[in-house]
Amino acid sequence: MTTRLAVVTSRLRAEERLLFTELEHRGVDFTRLDDGKLQLSLAEATQPFDLVWNRSLAFGRTLYTVRILESQGVTCVNSASVVATCGDKVLTSLALERAAVPTLKTTVAFTPESALAAMEAFGFPVVLKPVVGSWGRLVARLDCRSAAEAVLEDRATLGSWHQQIFYVQEYVEKPGRDLRVFMVGDEPIAAVYRTSEHWITNTARGATVQNCPVTDELSELATAAAHAVGGGLLAVDLVETPDGLSVLEVNHSGEFRNSIEPTGVNIPAAMVDWVIASAEHAS
Amino acid sequence: MTMTTTQPTCPECEGAVALPADVMQGEIIPCDDCGVELEVKVLSPLELAMAPEIQEDWGE
Repeated sequence: MTTRLAVVTSRLRAEERLLFTELEHRGVDFTRLDDGKLQLSLAEATQPFDLVWNRSLAFGRTLYTVRILESQGVTCVNSASVVATCGDKVLTSLALERAAVPTLKTTVAFTPESALAAMEAFGFPVVLKPVVGSWGRLVARLDCRSAAEAVLEDRATLGSWHQQIFYVQEYVEKPGRDLRVFMVGDEPIAAVYRTSEHWITNTARGATVQNCPVTDELSELATAAAHAVGGGLLAVDLVETPDGLSVLEVNHSGEFRNSIEPTGVNIPAAMVDWVIASAEHAS
Repeated sequence: MTMTTTQPTCPECEGAVALPADVMQGEIIPCDDCGVELEVKVLSPLELAMAPEIQEDWGE
């Protein structure tokens, strides 16, 4: 491969180690870029790469890096548009709604009073999420009005302005698990159940992972969700509701370390092969 | 996991830190003694520093 490839990281997760190993196994020459050391001129292109694969942990750094590089002609994985959509729960929900992909009912409000009214319209329990955030942090299940009042006051008083964009979502009784589908381009290569006794079924919060067969229904929904946000290397999270599967969110830099063994799928290898194909297309 | 024979020390507690033989720059290594997370800043010569705190927009 003659394409000049760079991989942007911040902290090196197990995922990035696995990806680097797969790149090295294929003899792919690539440059590691530490986003903490990047200096990106807006006036001129300073990064001598054809394709940049961003695996940074930080949404803000990722978003501006790929926006700047794309404007200077560099192909980015994932694209700036995809990163912007997936990193913001409001934009993700809008994209899913536009594409008629089943997703949970959500209302956005900007004051504690209007957020409380939105919650009462849903009925308790209800879920409050930060617009930007991950790993289940600051996601709150509010079981009654008084709990909601307390949390909303805390967010309004102590939170940044991001915390005062109140993303209010219906609460769904799920069977102690949700589903994650790993999308590589148009292909759902693997899926897992994430099971926990806690209502937040995130592996970063201790959920365990089991293989989930990629049924036609799951494949169709995950593919539709991936297309709705622009496609690429994505992890689509879904929940089983009484009315069927519903898409929760789409991750642009999904973690997969715990999903390789239960699925038997070499997820990083598939991702690297897709990036190599993209790089050959970009060069 | 294979460990190297030389053990650097934790900048927080000065305990010995075990590194995998294939350790990479930027990797996060927990200190078994005090529990802090350490970042491998430089491989040669080896330099460990306290890993940055998780930020609001970090995640997947």
